[in-house]
Amino acid sequence: MHQEVLFLIFRRMRMPLIVLISAYALSVLGFVLIPGQDDQGQTWHMGFFHAFYFVSFMGSTIGFGEIPYAFTDGQRYWALFTIYLTVISWLYGIGHLISLIQDPAFQNVIRHSRFLLQVKRIRKPFYLICGYGDTGEHLENVMSERYFNSVVIDISPERIDHLKVSQLRLEVPGQCADASNPSALRDAGLENKYCVGLVALTNDEDANLKAALSAKLLSPKLKVIARAETRDSEANLLSFDTDVVINPYTQFANWLAMAIHSPSMYLIHDWMTGIYDRPLSEPLVPPKGTWIICGFGRFGKAVCSYLETEGIRTILVEADPELTKAPEGTIIGSGTEAVTLIEAGIHQAAGIVAGTNNDADNLSIVMTAHALNPELFIVGRQNKSRNTDLFRAAKVDFIMQPGAMMAQKIAAIMMTPMLVDFLEMARKMDDEWANILISRIIALTGEEHPVTWKIKVTANAAPALYEELGKEHAVTLIHLQCDPRDREERITSVPLMVQSPGELPVLLPDDDYELHVGDRILFAGLPKARNSMSWLMNNYNALEYVLTGEERPSGIVWQWLSKQSSSKEEASKVINQA
Amino acid sequence: MNLEKVIFAFFIVLALTLNFGFFYGDIADPRVHHVYELYAAIVVSLIATVLKVGDRTHIGAVLLATSLVADLQLIVAAFIWGYVVYVSKTGLTPENMSSIISMSAGALVANITSVILLVAETLMIRR
Repeated sequence: MHQEVLFLIFRRMRMPLIVLISAYALSVLGFVLIPGQDDQGQTWHMGFFHAFYFVSFMGSTIGFGEIPYAFTDGQRYWALFTIYLTVISWLYGIGHLISLIQDPAFQNVIRHSRFLLQVKRIRKPFYLICGYGDTGEHLENVMSERYFNSVVIDISPERIDHLKVSQLRLEVPGQCADASNPSALRDAGLENKYCVGLVALTNDEDANLKAALSAKLLSPKLKVIARAETRDSEANLLSFDTDVVINPYTQFANWLAMAIHSPSMYLIHDWMTGIYDRPLSEPLVPPKGTWIICGFGRFGKAVCSYLETEGIRTILVEADPELTKAPEGTIIGSGTEAVTLIEAGIHQAAGIVAGTNNDADNLSIVMTAHALNPELFIVGRQNKSRNTDLFRAAKVDFIMQPGAMMAQKIAAIMMTPMLVDFLEMARKMDDEWANILISRIIALTGEEHPVTWKIKVTANAAPALYEELGKEHAVTLIHLQCDPRDREERITSVPLMVQSPGELPVLLPDDDYELHVGDRILFAGLPKARNSMSWLMNNYNALEYVLTGEERPSGIVWQWLSKQSSSKEEASKVINQA
Repeated sequence: MNLEKVIFAFFIVLALTLNFGFFYGDIADPRVHHVYELYAAIVVSLIATVLKVGDRTHIGAVLLATSLVADLQLIVAAFIWGYVVYVSKTGLTPENMSSIISMSAGALVANITSVILLVAETLMIRR
């Protein structure tokens, strides 16, 4: 911590300090020993008090004059010597201190201790993110957007510098460190009681493996999400109970297959997990005819197998079929030149996937394909986030950014696990179901991006609601969706899923679903709907108003008064009836 | 033999001996306590403090603490001396002298602790 900095300063400053003390001691002693003269011309010896006083101001300012009496020549002689002595030792000391501050090793220690302090100061649940690459950056954006804390480590100092200058809403502590080093993970808060999980996203399979392993060993309660590119490391990660393993290639291919199979379903996924600031993405309708796939690497292979399960015919274009073990009938070439694409039958094809790991090649494929067949549905794989503008300008119908997609998926897993369950279940529904849901959401939110949130009917999370459930009024979903200012109005929200303890989750529950203690409900809607719902769950009076239409007096005095008046009314009623 | 250890022990022991030299003698008699000896004790004690700083072991921390106590006591003693001679001008009366010497006696105890710790550490190493 800061002690380390202090120790380093003192150890390095030991010599200058000793030099300074010695210079002062020698100068003071000289003035005490050398005889002077007082104003009567008598011999006079300077005391330690005067000597120390004189040397103190002489050393720092070269003097206010000779005190208390004018010096003799002998004293001046000594003063001349001590001026240079003290000034030089001051310069030596200060120079040493400055060079120490500029020392890169010292700077590292300072940076490190500042990082430790930042991590220690986090008083909310946070995730430890290893690897601030493309995916990490997207993930940070999504997380800080939702005010979810995190700590980042990356092996490259440039990436950490990039993190420091990026304008995130939250302060994200970042440190240049190796994720495969357990003590670096510990410094980044792995064993901190607020740390809820670790995300291993580095480019190095081995580092991801080690980070996940350290997390599982050092604090087993953590949720561990790891990225794996090969089946071997995927199996390895799963063997020690890594909670979620994400393969960017199959993930990406899976989403593409979903988009072709059911565009509405893809749109639901994208809306629910996307970044709120972005405008709503338009529904896309990728055609179902023959598709040309350029690049048969790990990504191309995953896309092919997913498209085949959808029953879509694919034609492969690959520059090096032997290396990638491409099947027979593969067109040889990179796809960037017209000849290859024509050979692959671009004029008859319905869509093309530019899926190499090189953005320049992908852009070139996109532009050639567009020139040859303007009707073609073009899917472009964008590897680097800095090329976003190029891909937008190149008229790509569907830009797939593996980094962004992984980040969306991971953020959903981290922050709203219930949303992940919902999306899993939703995938099993048909296209029509998805269309209905899309139109319901659009009808409510219009152009704005919907957000999703979860409520839990427990004494802690929803005190007002919890108490009300024990009383005579049944609370249904419709009540939760009333505007607490005017119960005739509805807030803009759609209940997506209800999960009662011990029962199977229900998709799109009806409005008259009756709430029970322990229910968890997932909603989609506008942020202001989320706010008014949390008001209802926490404020007894607001909930009472929504349920009964009556405003309950809030203070004890008013409650007593209203009780008095209502009992009077009842009494008069009784009298009248009688 | 390690030159660093020699210098280190030299200053710690010298701080004790000078301190003792100043302290030794009738507590109220200014003739047996010389100001030069107090001065030397302060300077050596300060140097010993700087030498002790930066050691991160537990015994190092206690050594530093004893030295800081000795510095504090001696500097207060010097401050009293300067005050009675130059500011209040009461001079080195027996009362004043005995308060100066009792401050230095406190510093002496701290310095003795420091030397005991030094000896203990040396014995622990057994080399």
